[in-house]
Amino acid sequence: MSLQPETFKTLVKVAAEQVIASAPELTSLDQAIGDGDHGTNMKRGFEAVLNKLDAISEQPLHEALKTIGKTLVMTVGGASGPLYGSFFLAAGEALSHSKQLPDDLAEVFGSGVSAVSARGRSQAGEKTMLDVLIPVLETLKTGTGRPDLIEQVRNTAAEAVERTAPMQATKGRASYLGSRSVGHVDPGARSSCVLVQAVCASLEGGQ
Amino acid sequence: MNDTVGIVIVSHSKDIAKGTADMVRQMVGSEVKVAFCGGDPDGGLGTNVSLIIDAINSAWSSKGVAILVDLGGAETNSEMAVEMLEPERRDFVVVCNAPIVEGAVMAATEAAGGSTLAQVRAVAEELSAG
Repeated sequence: MSLQPETFKTLVKVAAEQVIASAPELTSLDQAIGDGDHGTNMKRGFEAVLNKLDAISEQPLHEALKTIGKTLVMTVGGASGPLYGSFFLAAGEALSHSKQLPDDLAEVFGSGVSAVSARGRSQAGEKTMLDVLIPVLETLKTGTGRPDLIEQVRNTAAEAVERTAPMQATKGRASYLGSRSVGHVDPGARSSCVLVQAVCASLEGGQ
Repeated sequence: MNDTVGIVIVSHSKDIAKGTADMVRQMVGSEVKVAFCGGDPDGGLGTNVSLIIDAINSAWSSKGVAILVDLGGAETNSEMAVEMLEPERRDFVVVCNAPIVEGAVMAATEAAGGSTLAQVRAVAEELSAG
């Protein structure tokens, strides 16, 4: 599997469209334990990415990831902007340092995950997007090169997002609810799952 | 004229940001540069990195800038904005861990006396200690 420019363009388009389509669900999850703006914020950010899609797809991959990151930072308007933005900025930065896809996928993805953790001063188990991103990273580390990697990643993300429901939030707006955050899936974990699964679907469809 | 530390107020609500800036002005008049912003890129409740960068640059002083924020997203977006400044400015901007209204008024009052950025920050952050 190598990432051709057209494949990448389709991948970004599918991922953005999936996030935009899931905006009502993300908002509804966020209304339960947050301020209810995650869906509209993510929709605004990924609409801005779609508007730049032609320019983004003409850039070298590492620059394209940074442009996506910067666009999210500037347009999302909530904490998820800098969080997702930092993921793509760091992943692009890692790729620019002689890392290659798909061989170094886990390492590049890991740079993004570390950036999210640093930006949010958050770890696994705190009911955040990291509770999807970290398990996905673990699957990438152990599964790179395996023929069923895409399916494994998709399953990991789906299971990980459900595991956020019994967690109590200690970061972000949901932490104000204390134990009342228990029982609800985390909206950031859900949007991470949407993104990861959209990338999986796009890669499968393009093979 | 001796420069004073600039103050930036970042709230999810433009009304709160403006009201806080009004209270700061009442204390320090025009001795201290004050800038504020609030609202997401569509004008709803939220924060906006681009507006925060503009506010920092507008309150810029050779002594640096102290930012006061309300809730989490304002802090995260402010930290992101600081990192996106010109490299020579980044080390002279701090996000204070302090309540937004009291912190802004205390920070501006301290700044008006000619204090350093570290002193201004310390006075604001005392409000969150203990």
